[in-house]
Amino acid sequence: MVRVKIWGSLRPLADGQSEIELEARTFKEVLDQLGARYPALRPQIKRGVSMALNGRIYREAWFTKIPPESEVVLMPYMAGG
Amino acid sequence: MAFDQNSKRIFKVVGSRPPRPDGVEKVTGRALYGADMTAPGMLSGAILRSPHAHARIVSIDTSAAEALQGVKAVVTSADFGVPDDEFLRDVQDNCMARGKVLYHGHALGAVAATSAAVAKQALALIVVDYEILPHVTDVDAAMRPDAPVVQEGRSLENVGPGLSQNVTSYCEFGHGDLDAGFDQADLIISRSFKTAATHQGYIEPHACLASLSADGRGDLWCCTQGQFFVRTLCAGILGIEASQLRVTASEIGGGFGGKTTVFIEPVALTLARKSGRPVKIVMSREEVFKATGPTVSSSMDIKIGMTREGRITAAQAQLRYQGGAFPCGTVEMGAQAAFAAYDLAAVQTQGWNVLTNRPKEAAYRAPGAPMAIYAVESVVDELCQQLALDPLAVRLMNAAQKGTLSSYGPTFDDIGLRATLEAAQAHPHYSAPLRPNQGRGLSCGFWFNFGGNTCVSLNINTDGTVGITEGNPDIGGSRASISLMAAEELGIPYDKVRTIVADTSSLGYNDVTDGSRVTFSVGLATIEAARSAIKVMCGRAARIWGIEEDAVIWEDGCAKPAGPNAGAFPPMSLAEIAAVSANTGGPIAGHFEVNADGAGVSFGVHLADVEVDPETGATKVLRYTVFQDAGKAVHPDYVEGQMQGGAVQGIGWALNEEYIYGADGRLQNAGFLDYRTPVASDLPNIDTVILEIPNPGHPYGVRGVGETPIVPPLAALSNAVSRAIGVRLNELPMSPPKVLGAIMQRG
Repeated sequence: MVRVKIWGSLRPLADGQSEIELEARTFKEVLDQLGARYPALRPQIKRGVSMALNGRIYREAWFTKIPPESEVVLMPYMAGG
Repeated sequence: MAFDQNSKRIFKVVGSRPPRPDGVEKVTGRALYGADMTAPGMLSGAILRSPHAHARIVSIDTSAAEALQGVKAVVTSADFGVPDDEFLRDVQDNCMARGKVLYHGHALGAVAATSAAVAKQALALIVVDYEILPHVTDVDAAMRPDAPVVQEGRSLENVGPGLSQNVTSYCEFGHGDLDAGFDQADLIISRSFKTAATHQGYIEPHACLASLSADGRGDLWCCTQGQFFVRTLCAGILGIEASQLRVTASEIGGGFGGKTTVFIEPVALTLARKSGRPVKIVMSREEVFKATGPTVSSSMDIKIGMTREGRITAAQAQLRYQGGAFPCGTVEMGAQAAFAAYDLAAVQTQGWNVLTNRPKEAAYRAPGAPMAIYAVESVVDELCQQLALDPLAVRLMNAAQKGTLSSYGPTFDDIGLRATLEAAQAHPHYSAPLRPNQGRGLSCGFWFNFGGNTCVSLNINTDGTVGITEGNPDIGGSRASISLMAAEELGIPYDKVRTIVADTSSLGYNDVTDGSRVTFSVGLATIEAARSAIKVMCGRAARIWGIEEDAVIWEDGCAKPAGPNAGAFPPMSLAEIAAVSANTGGPIAGHFEVNADGAGVSFGVHLADVEVDPETGATKVLRYTVFQDAGKAVHPDYVEGQMQGGAVQGIGWALNEEYIYGADGRLQNAGFLDYRTPVASDLPNIDTVILEIPNPGHPYGVRGVGETPIVPPLAALSNAVSRAIGVRLNELPMSPPKVLGAIMQRG
């Protein structure tokens, strides 16, 4: 079980929650389950999200493993210059 | 990939300062830039641009242009398809307007002719019937419900009611109880800020040479920060397969984020396809200003509460960014970065992206962060002034560190902000005396950094030298850094390694050179590729010696028996193993492909001393020092260069640079005479202090360094000027008329 923190403007799309508890072992499972449980989040997931796992940012790596008790934070997809 | 736990490693090559490998070619004029390529039968391309800020294209008559002798092709949006993908459609519509022109300078037609003069003559023969529409260029005006609508139907589901359709997206970040936090404050300051759009200001205008033959195979030579992304965009727009379009990146005369997309390349390819001849397009400086991406301009409200001891109790920001005529996501970066330097119990940032009749914004070093952090750092400085607190001590008191819940969500791992602040505090610059009309400003800066898709191929040549092929244009010294890391890992001298940037047919996909990612990601892949080659070389030595492969180690550039039990063989150097490679199994190479993560965030602190002329309002920068955590500085000259370059661009942004629009929505200063960037004579030497707090996500501890240095100068300069003149400025640039006006208002 992991607790996924989502950013403020996504909360209205996830029944007002700021943290969501999921059974997920990878980044992809987090995205799949978020989309399944909260269809309103799907457009943002499709546009792109990053995931911070214990403070380290992952942009695309679907199969990044999420160890138990990890801090998981959903973030907008990062862009740079 | 984790930091090598051998953290006491003494680097032999990494950290040295060899001469830059591209130096001789560049100073002797032999380096080939975007405009330097030619081809037999090549045509000159030229682009027709809108004189209006916003207009419907009623009709375009190209018949007279087509009839002109020497004209081989004329194209408009009718020669392009309409991509299904919205992002690709926006890129294409920015390169060639479809239905409406959305900003002054928007392309709506193009010509290929036997000479540049004929092409220019032909442009004048294209007849366009425009229906002029109302326009808007200011972000606050564009958000109002009654504002002229730039594009309809582009608002995302997260935009609230009561705003114009120009507002395309909304974001919000933060944690904690704001009301309770502000209740604990002894002083609360709320201020509003504005920053102007600024251009990346690269020396080399965009240029390309395109060919697309009748069999559908194409070649494109262009100046870009990402040849693979150019291929993705152009292949998508032209409807050709990626394998049939080879894109080669030229040397690049600056990019800073502005060359991470396409402006002329799909047009040149379409002209080449229609004419059957190679087509070259070279932008003028005026075109660069009018039709390539500057950064966003912004309007921001900041509210921060502080105790009389200097502890921040709550912080709030509302950020409104205009990104030109197409949707962008830049405010999300600004909203996340705004308070990243602080350990806050209660924080909220909100952001809105807004359409206006301006050119589509493009990334510019740490996109979105400089303006947000400028506003935050200005209010923190004003709180320090009003509470008579030392601004550096206050930042140390509130500094984020390992274990801090960041304002954008994650908890920080190892970060170097505190060490950077302490270095600034201990530096003689911070305590140097100031004279009348002089002021000292301070600001923290932050950028996320990221990794991304990366491929490296490393070949051991039979003479004992090494060739590295990578796929990211070198905009900041990456070829040198990559060679250094390969030499370090292989245990050979730097000058035995040469790194080249390959075309899109020579390697797998590489992300754009952006996000301060190349020294981190390509370096990481290079280290792994070298380790892969070392494994092969140890295997070859083992076979020569007749021992097991795992009984061989690699040390100081040689294969050696792992211990006395492995046998008594003299070490074999890389060159010796390479020389007999044909006899031992064939060519030796290593390669590595990765989507790298773990880039590690970056912090910097800047100190600026200025003197303001009270008669003219002109600001002179007297002294400037940059402190930044580089993780591990692979080539310190280049790291210092990034720190200095970012600081100078930020100084220009703070003091002079701005896009100026008239009431007619036309850009009034599309040239370096009227768009004032700082030059060497305007500046003191930019001093640098590199800190090395290893990034746990890289084998050598490397962090990206390219973007963070543009973040702090805006506030550092504003705080310095405000302290020098005794009145606070809340708008950039602080050009002399604005500073003089503030002085006169102060009385």
